Amino acid sequence: MMIIKQISVFVENKAGRLADITAVLGRAGIDIRFLSIADTSDFGILRMLVNRPEEAVQVLKEAGLTAKITDVIGVRMSDVPGTFAGVAKIMADVNISIDYMYAFISRKTNEAFLIMRIEEIETGMEALKAHGVALLPSEELYDL
Amino acid sequence: MSRKDIEALQLERLRFIVDYADKRVPFYHKKLEELGVTAEKIKTLSDVKYLPMTTKTDLRDHYPYGFFAVPMREIVRLHASSGTTGKPIVGGYTRNDLNNWADCVARVCTAAGITDEDIVQISFGYGMFTGALGLHYGLEKIGATVVPASSGNTERQLMMLQDFGVTGLVSTPSYAIYMSEVAREKGMDGFKLKTGLFGSEGCTPEMRTKIEENFHLFATDNYGLTELGGPGVAGECEYRCGLHIAEDHYLAEIIDPDTLEPKAPGETGELVITTLTKEGVPMIRYRTKDISRIHYEPCRCGRTHARMEKVMGRTDDMLIIKGVNVFPSQIESVLMTIPNIGAHYQLIITRSSKFMDNLEVKVELINGDLLERYKELEQLREDIRAQLRSTLRLDVKVTLVEPKTLQRFEGKAKRILDLRNEH
Repeated sequence: MMIIKQISVFVENKAGRLADITAVLGRAGIDIRFLSIADTSDFGILRMLVNRPEEAVQVLKEAGLTAKITDVIGVRMSDVPGTFAGVAKIMADVNISIDYMYAFISRKTNEAFLIMRIEEIETGMEALKAHGVALLPSEELYDL
Repeated sequence: MSRKDIEALQLERLRFIVDYADKRVPFYHKKLEELGVTAEKIKTLSDVKYLPMTTKTDLRDHYPYGFFAVPMREIVRLHASSGTTGKPIVGGYTRNDLNNWADCVARVCTAAGITDEDIVQISFGYGMFTGALGLHYGLEKIGATVVPASSGNTERQLMMLQDFGVTGLVSTPSYAIYMSEVAREKGMDGFKLKTGLFGSEGCTPEMRTKIEENFHLFATDNYGLTELGGPGVAGECEYRCGLHIAEDHYLAEIIDPDTLEPKAPGETGELVITTLTKEGVPMIRYRTKDISRIHYEPCRCGRTHARMEKVMGRTDDMLIIKGVNVFPSQIESVLMTIPNIGAHYQLIITRSSKFMDNLEVKVELINGDLLERYKELEQLREDIRAQLRSTLRLDVKVTLVEPKTLQRFEGKAKRILDLRNEH
């Protein structure tokens, strides 16, 4: 599977909320691979990559949270200057705008990964493949 | 009757009742004297604004018979409110009052679609309450078959509804919902109900829809108060575009509850009613505390009697924010139409150091579909803000909160947190 299931959770800006939410996942034995949060004045959207996304959304909903699965693309990046610019240009050339993106590095393989959320996910993946960009399969992500 | 004829009749009756109350009720005599007003000074209907007003407190202060305008030998019936917030309000009826009352209720029932072919169950509690006997005599007047079930014993109520082939139901909206839910639990079906006459408490559109779905009937709202004689003051017709007021017996006005000044036709404010024909306990400009507005254009049904809108709230519930009158019910109606948020909400009013009032509306985000982009959540917030602004003419702060974080209420909900007087 080339599409990666990211989970998005609505979080109020209140002390302890992040701890509460991640504790819910911890109790269910779900491992968080990556986590990012951006906030506005009073709420934020917590985005996470976890090993069992469907189950994670289920337990979060049972805990009374508003959560959903979002399809994103993962790109494996070589540590060569200009790689990121190349990916961004590929997207721009096919007229796809990137809603948001984030990058992280794997401890195991020392590789860098880029996660992107775009609307036209199939087109985006085709374009990346056509330019020889290596996509990150979801199975591999969960094993990182 | 044309508007002109209605108003001519109202003016004649208003002058009569003011003179009548002046001569027979010491409270009104004193008030009229203080204001220097007599029946002769009333030249047009708008002169009603010079008359004194009557409040529930006035009635309590003169409990039980202080407002009675006739000796007890002419009173043939007493009714009273439950008196949950103090001494009850006592109503006294002469024989003419009972007749007029039955006429007014008969009109409400006819407007709702009840005829002499109907079998109508009254599931209001009989006794001192005006609702049950009021509807009872009105329904008998039009020749409907009355089933005086009274309240309680829901299973027996349902059995009668089914076995007697009842086509009309009189009850409070909440009891109707309760009955319909018990019926569903028991797997009872095959009711012949067609029309519901619901009153004595407010009925939101959501409640109405639920009763209609559960019982497969046409639900109508009617309005009345013990202080004004009970039900029969106003009721909905088949178009349900307001409650037709029995204007030959009641003169309705809308006032500003703060300044007490009259409002223009169609404007929202407190409903104030003068009884035009009551002999037992005449009421001059009784402040109902109910918020509504009145439309004077003739209705599609052909009736020319003015229509009051479904009561929007009580003046007791009204908030004044930045000088704007706001009813929580207005906010609720807006929120009910917005997708992706829950049915619970909280209103928080604060005052800044510059003495500016701020209203914050908290709603629960219950649908995850908007979590793709911040823009969508901001858009939801902006949509709520814009709709509230166009309804309230007021800028509010909208806060999205997590599901199930706002307080739930079993009884009367307390959704308003007014922090303006706390520092």
